[in-house]
Amino acid sequence: MKSLAELEQIRNKMAAKINVRSETDGDIRIVVGMATCGIAAGARPVLAAMMEEIEKRGLTNAYVTQTGCVGMCKYEPIVEVYDADGTKTTYIKMDAAKAVRVINEHVVNGNVVSEFTIGAAN
Amino acid sequence: MTELSLHILDIVNNSTKAGATLVQVDIDESVIRNELKITITDNGCGMDEDFLSKVTDPFKTTRTTRKVGMGLSLFKNAAELTGGSFGITSELGKGTQVTATFVHDSIDRQPLGDMASTMVTLIGGSESTDFVYRHNFDGKEFEFSTVEVKKILDGVSVVSPEILSWINGYISEGLGELYE
Ligand SMILES: Nc1ncnc2c1ncn2[C@@H]1O[C@H](COP(=O)(O)OP(=O)(O)O)[C@@H](O)[C@H]1O
Ligand SMILES: [Mg+2]
Repeated sequence: MKSLAELEQIRNKMAAKINVRSETDGDIRIVVGMATCGIAAGARPVLAAMMEEIEKRGLTNAYVTQTGCVGMCKYEPIVEVYDADGTKTTYIKMDAAKAVRVINEHVVNGNVVSEFTIGAAN
Repeated sequence: MTELSLHILDIVNNSTKAGATLVQVDIDESVIRNELKITITDNGCGMDEDFLSKVTDPFKTTRTTRKVGMGLSLFKNAAELTGGSFGITSELGKGTQVTATFVHDSIDRQPLGDMASTMVTLIGGSESTDFVYRHNFDGKEFEFSTVEVKKILDGVSVVSPEILSWINGYISEGLGELYE
């Protein structure tokens, strides 16, 4: 059974290395649309899959944030990836499996997964 | 929406958007009373009477990206479809309370779904907001509060993947025990 004592242990381990890890300009920012349209289309498991993959791989150069409706509801769930140099890639109609591929291929290896991008749909 | 927990995620997002520093999610579930009641209370900016009277009309929104708001009207419909009820009260500058009551055994009642995932998504999406989640199931109770968690974290960010993952496990386990 998980206890708050266990949380304290995790906390202490993290505090020991906390100054190594901080959100900086060099990080890849991942933005998941979490408005009504996104949630209804399946954005929550997309976000969960990305967080899980980042944690599993111990990635420290990427972080996930959420945003509201970006006005393209029919393409939800939408994920935007901002590379360290500011380049933005918009992935559309995402699901958990696609999300894991974006982490592995784009975030880890630096290769845009073209088939999931908004460009591929047009 | 396919799960009540997805409605909850959407409705609580209204609260954080309204600048709430504290949001309380109460689920009172009783098979004996054949009822599942969800109450979301926030201390955000609130709404005036005129706006409130029209807020479950899908054409009422303060968003600018699309002309229709729909989160509240979807939630209301979901409750009423089961033969349940929906209510919202709000005071400008004080906060808002949304209540939806579902008939537990109605075939039209969506499953509650993954509340742990909803809470983790909320916590991860709004670091400066505190969330309290209370779930009562026929008298058994589970409670989770980020106030308590943040005290233990003592400066370590609650939105780090390791911590959010722990919270997910903690809530899942707690709810699992409720339903045992
Ligand atoms: N908790 C709240 N506090 C203050 N205002 C709210 C709250 N919930 C909803 N509102 C107002 O009601 C509007 C409609 O909400 P909703 O039905 O969720 O649609 P949307 O969020 O897409 O606009 C919001 O745009 C907001 O102005
Ligand atoms: Mg809303």
